[in-house]
Amino acid sequence: MQPDFLIKLVILLPLVGAAFNGLVGLFAPSYRKNEGLIGMVATSMVAIPFFIAVYLFVGFHGDPIIVQAFTWMQAGDLTIDFAFRIDQLSLLMTLIITGVGGLIHLYATGYMHGDDGFWRFFAYLNLFIFMMLSLVLGNNLVVLFLGWEGVGLCSYLLIGFWYKDLKNSAAANKAFIMNRIGDFAFLIAMFILFKEVGSLNFDAVLAGGPGMDQTWINWTVLLLFIGATGKSAQIPLFTWLPDAMAGPTPVSALIHAATMVTSGLYLLARLSPLVLSAPTIMAIITVVGALTAIVAATIAITQNDIKKVLAYSTVSQLGYMFLATGVGAFYVAIFHVMTHAFFKACLFLGSGSVIHSMHHVEHELAHDGHGHALDPQDMRTMGGLKKYMPATRMTFLISTLAIAGIPLLSGFFSKDEILFKAFEFGYDGHLVGWFVYGVGIITAFLTAIYMTRAYVLTFEGSPRWPHSDSIHPHESPWTMTLPLWVLAALATVGGYIGLPAVLGDVNWIHHWLAGEGGPVAEFAAHTHVSHGLEWALIAIGSLIAILGVFLGWKWYSSEGIGFDDKISARFGGLYKLWQGKYFLDEAYDKAVVRPLIGSAHHAFNPFDKYVVDGLVNAVGFFTRGSSFVLRYMQTGLVHSYAVAIVFGVVLIIYLMLF
Amino acid sequence: MNIPNITSIVIFLPLIGALLTLLAPNEKAIKWSALGVTLITFMVSIGLFLGFDPAISTAAAPQLADLSSSWFPGQFDIKYFVGIDGLNLLLIMLTTLLGPIVVLSSWTYIGKHHKPYYTLLLVLQTGVTGVFASFDIFLFYIFFELTLIPMYFIIGIWGGENRIYAALKFVLYTLVGSLLMLVALIFLGYAAGDAVNAGVFTTDWFKLVSFNMPLEMQGWLFLLFALAFSIKVPLFPFHTWLPDAHVQAPTGGSVILAGVLLKMGTYGLVRFCLPFFPNAAHEYAMTFAILAVIGIIYGALVSRAQSDAKKLVAYSSVSHLGFVVLGIFAFNTEALQGAMIQMVNHGISTGALFLIVGMLYERRHTREMADYGGIAKSVPVLTFFMVLSVLASAGLPGLNGFVGEFLILVGAFKSDVLASPFLVALATTGVILAAVYLLYMVYRMFWGTIDNEANETMMDLNKRELGLLIPLAALMIILGLMPAPFLAKSEPAVKNLIEVIETKRAASLSESVVTIETDVKSTSLTTN
Repeated sequence: MQPDFLIKLVILLPLVGAAFNGLVGLFAPSYRKNEGLIGMVATSMVAIPFFIAVYLFVGFHGDPIIVQAFTWMQAGDLTIDFAFRIDQLSLLMTLIITGVGGLIHLYATGYMHGDDGFWRFFAYLNLFIFMMLSLVLGNNLVVLFLGWEGVGLCSYLLIGFWYKDLKNSAAANKAFIMNRIGDFAFLIAMFILFKEVGSLNFDAVLAGGPGMDQTWINWTVLLLFIGATGKSAQIPLFTWLPDAMAGPTPVSALIHAATMVTSGLYLLARLSPLVLSAPTIMAIITVVGALTAIVAATIAITQNDIKKVLAYSTVSQLGYMFLATGVGAFYVAIFHVMTHAFFKACLFLGSGSVIHSMHHVEHELAHDGHGHALDPQDMRTMGGLKKYMPATRMTFLISTLAIAGIPLLSGFFSKDEILFKAFEFGYDGHLVGWFVYGVGIITAFLTAIYMTRAYVLTFEGSPRWPHSDSIHPHESPWTMTLPLWVLAALATVGGYIGLPAVLGDVNWIHHWLAGEGGPVAEFAAHTHVSHGLEWALIAIGSLIAILGVFLGWKWYSSEGIGFDDKISARFGGLYKLWQGKYFLDEAYDKAVVRPLIGSAHHAFNPFDKYVVDGLVNAVGFFTRGSSFVLRYMQTGLVHSYAVAIVFGVVLIIYLMLF
Repeated sequence: MNIPNITSIVIFLPLIGALLTLLAPNEKAIKWSALGVTLITFMVSIGLFLGFDPAISTAAAPQLADLSSSWFPGQFDIKYFVGIDGLNLLLIMLTTLLGPIVVLSSWTYIGKHHKPYYTLLLVLQTGVTGVFASFDIFLFYIFFELTLIPMYFIIGIWGGENRIYAALKFVLYTLVGSLLMLVALIFLGYAAGDAVNAGVFTTDWFKLVSFNMPLEMQGWLFLLFALAFSIKVPLFPFHTWLPDAHVQAPTGGSVILAGVLLKMGTYGLVRFCLPFFPNAAHEYAMTFAILAVIGIIYGALVSRAQSDAKKLVAYSSVSHLGFVVLGIFAFNTEALQGAMIQMVNHGISTGALFLIVGMLYERRHTREMADYGGIAKSVPVLTFFMVLSVLASAGLPGLNGFVGEFLILVGAFKSDVLASPFLVALATTGVILAAVYLLYMVYRMFWGTIDNEANETMMDLNKRELGLLIPLAALMIILGLMPAPFLAKSEPAVKNLIEVIETKRAASLSESVVTIETDVKSTSLTTN
């Protein structure tokens, strides 16, 4: 079949699913109870595009295919088409989105069972897939931006999905507005490109962009990066992501781990030739990425909410990806996007499975009248779950080891490649490369520790919820565990598409994305790292990971949560800083939110009322006042008018003559 | 299908309908005749859309024009001259579309004096359509003033508690501007008559456009015209009549006010200020752009501080129309096209927001956001339309608001006249702020748990209300995804306008010697 038609199908099916479930559910309340049908429609509207994408992937010959749908906007020199681009990068992203997305849809049919908003949930989730596909398949920046803001909207709707709790809605607002701050920068980058290049199509931007004035190049790349910090939760705009965990867990897995938050990396990879022509900004990107990685990792160590650990872990891993982007290793960033999608989606879904069964425990407790309040996400009241949830535990463990970078699992390969590229960058004479390599190594160590901590506290040891002798959690249904197994399998083997160069010319993803005719550019180092040194680096990376897991296991399985106190005592104020999330939320609140809202309430609104409008009313008052005086001149006596007229005439003659 | 005199029919059908409502025996007949007439008018106006061919140049004459001979032959070249070109087509369509919607929105909202209300509504529609369709600026002026009277009564009689104050303020404020414009208009008519119409006073738009006014004259005339239109828009700092008028006006009044009356201001700037006084417009472009950007940010911040939902939406207009004014003074096709489509977009999305706030008011008799909270549970369908309208208004890509804002900003950024990336960046912060105040409103009113019993039992939308919102929602999506056919209608006219401006500027700058001569002539004319 024609790829034209197929790609339209890929994009449109999720939209059809969203419209169907959404509109029928909205206007025909009786449909809402139909969980089976709703779930099937929604899941197949993602699964079918996945199989089509596989078909396109297999038959792809290397030359990009451009599909024109119709003209979106046309004004003056600006023409924006709904046009889509199938190439190595967009195909890979499409596979991740529809593949992982399809699994998460299936999972959610189990997870959301019985929720009043089941129909609404799947409508939003399908809409999200549509927007995400527009983002990666669009052939110009504006269609990308449509998807970019569209996924932000879906994120807003899904974070605030349980809208009856205003906390969730506040988190949703925060996410949307922080994303909009990034989008503001994105918009201005587009304005610059249109002014300087005259088009926003990728081909034109990549052909003309690097030829712009260096100042404009720097501004453009910087602004695009700021846009990316919003969507991909980097310093300074990352604080919305942990709050976004207010959404149902499948949402956290799909949107806030596997796909949407990686958009920023996709954007920079898509525009990699342009990014490469702004080395100063690249240095900023890699440093911001490295700092985000370590900042988020230190926060993750202190968290007790299982989803919060994973959220900060995501921020940290995204930081890794930006670290890679900033040293010019765009394809490695995308490689890590993929492996991260596997193990982090698995971890989130695993945590969802745990939360699901802890909810059951919570219900039992309430039912039996024990009067215990239980937070189903708090790891302090978990423990020993491996006995009750073997499948969840095994997949969680595999993914934990994968993200920690234990050799031969997927995370090992992608993380190792990132660290190697950072090292190579330093080796090539860029100081910043050494810096981010060092930060990356420390972060890798921290990652292994906090993930092992989360695993051990949740699954090992003995149960810590009240009445654990009589109340037992259950393993989740197959709709939930099947996706876990598939993702765990992918988290195990997914790394083999990116084998290190030391083994020879066997890095498939490098060939695919950055090979000849591939869409992704890369930084070319002048001095090459010797094989011996590369092996040494691999050894260091492996040892760091193994040591982290070992220590984490040792500390937390022997002392449990109590070990946190030891860390706290050891690091003192620093630990308080981590626990307080570097007090960024408080700082933003003091420095931005309150002044803005405060000035609206206490300065602008009164100013409008009393000054601007006051002046208008004063004019009115003056007119009324003067007419009050002037009306005494309207005496109605003809002779007084005559006198006035004579005076007037004399005055005019005087003025005319002299 | 060719309907003779179709433009005039579209203008005056509502006026004939007004007679019908006057004669109607009872409330039901009044409402149905008003609805029928506005619906028929809308259907006829589709003929305008289909009949107008953007490929045919309107540089010399409008299409589907109706033209009378001069009312005062030999003395004043004032006449009935209406027609369609790319600049007014969509605004007329917007007016005729909102006609039945406004009637239907008043169905249960208006509880007293039905006859005068619907009659005035219909007269108002004729006035607004006439404003957009006029190619004689005197005729334009008559229609412009004609819109004041019905609106005055609609606010003053069917408005809220403080309606008299609001109505008076609306009328006086607008009148101050428009009277100054009248003075400028008369002066312009004489000057142009002298230069291009064999000494006969003229208000023919095409003749006025062909008249290249001496530079010295342009400044003052431009300012007088621009002041009148800025008050109407309203441009900061002339906006304070707007929140009062909106809050006091009944829903139908607010919809028509935000939907089309404000556009008379921005339309006036495009139709008259730019081509009549291109040099002055250029010279003052930065001033107006700065005021527009202040309006964008200031309107948004004041909007955020409101506790009354209707006032919040009212202030959002100040912010949104700031974008339109910015687009107008960027002097390129992208931005001006953006401004044109944004006028329509704002009418649709803000119209929908006022309708929804009105529907809530009908249920709960309060506009205070604090009196709501969590109502997504009790009115899910209403919530859906609210969120959609909010997103359209906040400029989410895929919905209509984005198209206009994007074109305006992208054009303003590359504008040689404004040449200030910084200013456009400031304007772009409006995109963030719109999300701040609009999502706040949704947050306050719709999310959370219901803590007020009265909100628990609130009815969701009925069929009539759905009928009001579905066409608007459909347009938000259609104009958001497929604006191209609509933009194509105005593109040639906008390009032509910009060409005219450039030509006139180039001519007047090279012929500064000639200008002094004509200047002497015009001063001798004024002393006569």
